[in-house]
Amino acid sequence: MYSSPKYSAVGDRAFLVKFGDAIDLDINRKVHAFSRAIEEARIYGAEECVPTYASLLVYYDPLKTSYDRMVFALKDLESKLDEYTAKTEARVIVVPTVYGGTFGPDLAAVAEYHRLTEAEAIRSHSETEYVVYMIGFIAGFPYMGKVPEAIATPRLETPRLKIPEGSVGIAGNQTGIYPRESPGGWRIVGRTPLVLFNPCAEQPALFQPGDRVKFKPISEKEYRSLGGNT
Amino acid sequence: MKAVEVFRVVKPGLFSSVQDLGRFGFQRFGVPVSGAMDKFAFMCANALVENAVSDACLEVTLFGPELEALNLTQMAVAGADFSLFVNGKVAPLWETMNVKKGDVIAFSGSARSGCRAYLAVKGGISVPVVLGSRSTYIRGGFGGYEGRGLRAGDTLRAFASSLFPKESRVLPAELVPRYEDEFVVDVILGPQEDMFTAEGVETFLSQAYTLTPESDRMGYRLDGVAVRHKGATEIVTDALTPGAVQVPGSGKPIVLMMDAQTSGGYPKIATVTTSDISRLGQAKPGNKIRFRKVSLTEARARYLDFHGSLSRLEERLVKRRVF
Repeated sequence: MYSSPKYSAVGDRAFLVKFGDAIDLDINRKVHAFSRAIEEARIYGAEECVPTYASLLVYYDPLKTSYDRMVFALKDLESKLDEYTAKTEARVIVVPTVYGGTFGPDLAAVAEYHRLTEAEAIRSHSETEYVVYMIGFIAGFPYMGKVPEAIATPRLETPRLKIPEGSVGIAGNQTGIYPRESPGGWRIVGRTPLVLFNPCAEQPALFQPGDRVKFKPISEKEYRSLGGNT
Repeated sequence: MKAVEVFRVVKPGLFSSVQDLGRFGFQRFGVPVSGAMDKFAFMCANALVENAVSDACLEVTLFGPELEALNLTQMAVAGADFSLFVNGKVAPLWETMNVKKGDVIAFSGSARSGCRAYLAVKGGISVPVVLGSRSTYIRGGFGGYEGRGLRAGDTLRAFASSLFPKESRVLPAELVPRYEDEFVVDVILGPQEDMFTAEGVETFLSQAYTLTPESDRMGYRLDGVAVRHKGATEIVTDALTPGAVQVPGSGKPIVLMMDAQTSGGYPKIATVTTSDISRLGQAKPGNKIRFRKVSLTEARARYLDFHGSLSRLEERLVKRRVF
């Protein structure tokens, strides 16, 4: 973690505030805390904030403010970071997941990579409690960590053109869920029937940064009874 | 407001989608901005039919559609240099037209110059507002016309307007943009230019890059001299903005456009300025792109100019009263 955040311009109407350079829970909490602090401060000309693992992208309206003015205003807010970081409240979301087979075509490869049985790999993935660090890539896709070293596996060398909606994947020590059919290179170990993104709902994304997540192994029959598609 | 049927899609063209000025405030949930690629042509099309600046238009790409009018309405097409026909007769771009029930509006062949044109219809295209916008977000399957590009047989509706038609408008010829085959675009270096060698940055700023066919509303993949990284070719995933120029391990830059994913793990050597992202909306495969470094101060001045020219668009149109 940096001793104080670093600012850099991103084009003519946004800038990056960087808190560190790693996937780290303490750094990530600062990112989300600062995002909330900026919103609540209602800084003139500030527009949307996009928090990620270790940095925050802040858009501004160049007709109302400038990069220099924004940085000046935000430096002032840095003193409130600890106060906002402490306010974090976590929910726990349980994600019912069918592992392996056609639902998780890469489970066998992940197990083999680490010389585990499939059952051991499932246990390792589902017994770990994850934290949602950020939402990105496509609407509603949660980036979660950290996957235990015992099953952490690099992305596929050649990404798949089609990954079904609800697929649960591993990329290094991150785990994520595809909210919609999409191309992608994560190792697919299972699939959930949960709907991750509904643009017409009051809260469109099921996951929020900071949420705690547990995967619960279910059978194919349970998957179907929960409304899952095959 | 009441919506009336205005067009039936006879042929959809290569890719035609409903767009407005974009969807803001949801990038943190992974929802891209979307919206018209070329803001000038989009806003001009709307101004020609006296619409509000962000009313939804049809964005057509390279090969345009064929539409049948289902009602009397006023429309305008602005942008790429297409051959436009109404009932087989040549029709003008950058000018208001009246069409009546049964008229066939056809974009013939491919655009001679430029890539995208906007078809505005009086009152604006009526599709549901999703997360604050009518823009189509293909990868998410929502917004626009059922979350997808148009297909043959679709029916487009527009908000009926009682003000129609008062006048006919045209953009003066000297203001009609010329779309060249080579684009020189302004960039501000960063946020990760320090991950590239000095030679790599020099290469990026001095070479011409060719837009490949693997380019769309999400991003333009470029071909040309590889830009060298100092070492690592990945970063801890951070936020992406339209205009970001990311360079993966191959060294071939990718310019992110309006439907870009909201986050990514490749270092970004530079970010294209707002007005030049809009200009790049008219670039097509085979075109050349050169990057020119500007300071933040210079970019800011250009942003204010660009915004000024868009807000003065309306008053610069030539208006003729319709009796």
